[in-house]
Amino acid sequence: MKPAPFAYTKAKTLKEAVTLLAKHKDDARLLAGGQSLIATLNMRLSAPDLLIDINGIKNLNGIAKKGKYVEIGALARHAQVEHSDVVAKHAPLIALAMPHIGHPAIRNRGTFGGSIAFADPAAELPACLLALGGEIDIAGPRGKRKVKADAFFKGLFETALRPQEMITAVRIPAADKTTRVGFAELARRHGDYAIVGLAASARGNAKGLADVRLAYFGVGNTPVRAKKAEAALAAGDVDAAVKALDLDPHDDVQATAKTKKHLAGVLLRRVAKQLMEARG
Amino acid sequence: MSNYAVDVSLTVNGERVQKRVDARKTLVDFLRDDLFLTGSHVGCEHGVCGACTVRVDGEIVRGCLMLAAQCDGAKVETIEGLSDSGEIADLQAAFEQRNALQCGFCTPGMLAAAQDLLKHAKKVPSRDEIREHLSGNYCRCTGYHAIVDAVEAVAQGRAKGR
Repeated sequence: MKPAPFAYTKAKTLKEAVTLLAKHKDDARLLAGGQSLIATLNMRLSAPDLLIDINGIKNLNGIAKKGKYVEIGALARHAQVEHSDVVAKHAPLIALAMPHIGHPAIRNRGTFGGSIAFADPAAELPACLLALGGEIDIAGPRGKRKVKADAFFKGLFETALRPQEMITAVRIPAADKTTRVGFAELARRHGDYAIVGLAASARGNAKGLADVRLAYFGVGNTPVRAKKAEAALAAGDVDAAVKALDLDPHDDVQATAKTKKHLAGVLLRRVAKQLMEARG
Repeated sequence: MSNYAVDVSLTVNGERVQKRVDARKTLVDFLRDDLFLTGSHVGCEHGVCGACTVRVDGEIVRGCLMLAAQCDGAKVETIEGLSDSGEIADLQAAFEQRNALQCGFCTPGMLAAAQDLLKHAKKVPSRDEIREHLSGNYCRCTGYHAIVDAVEAVAQGRAKGR
């Protein structure tokens, strides 16, 4: 199908984008990478009056280590993140997840901020952000604010973003010597949205694991933490962690809830192994 | 300030193009309907099938997930350009030789994606790497084996020629 007619304008600055959003309110949508938005326009699941193209805004696509954090600009493209030395060195979980996001042609356009703002429940990056305890920088008509990943993903495609706000950057704690990460997902075809996926981070110490964070995707309306399993894994018992998996997936077009729950356990064993192996 | 139609100026396969396009027109529809470059195919129109794969500023994209309006100032290359320049002549020959196409609908996108892999590869990619890179391109005829064979043969051929 073809999109319903809409008007198009380019915002050259963050201020211009936010002002346009405030003016047109719900009638306007921001166009970043467009890899989800244009698909929904083509299918007429969405029919805004105006697209505000933010791709020309400068200084929103940087990737840098700033003190104890890695900051990724909202407009950084997936391909840019995938090939970033800073990400490979200081944000290994993001580096592990990147090849699973769509396909090369999609990763050349899709943006980090767009994926977080869209908050598809089966997408990789929202779960990574949750697993890492990241933080989201937001700009809006009333200025700037920050929201923790734990408080950002509210419901199905629903986030803490207010209608006239946009993401400017995402910050995650930089990995150190004790950082352990793991990532696995099951999809029908490489690059498709996951049937079930798991992003995890932990701290390794002499006794085993601490601060385990397991963020599942594809098993609910948002990325979800499996907190009981986290505790069991921190205690060193993988079998108990699988048994304790406190997830409540729904049936969807890909798999039944029962299958998803089983697969969540399979992924937990794989990821637990990654977490327990010392970080290279 | 904001318009339902947008003036764009870009190069397509090396030629300068200036047109007024509907804001809602996707890049692939622009290439096919306005420029009559029908080598890029329209399959699923939501980024799943890869039949519309073209190069924008040197990198492959989904022609159905980019608007023509976004291509102002861009350098676009389609299968017609890749073919005429001779850049993928060896890939095309290998596809034909190994029967890596039947109906041919996916082939322009498949060739663009394969060339993208070979262009960026620092060494001969493994069959798994080839499959992974082409995972975004559906072929409903071949079962993919012949396509992987063709891409692998060209990768090895090019490595020898280096």
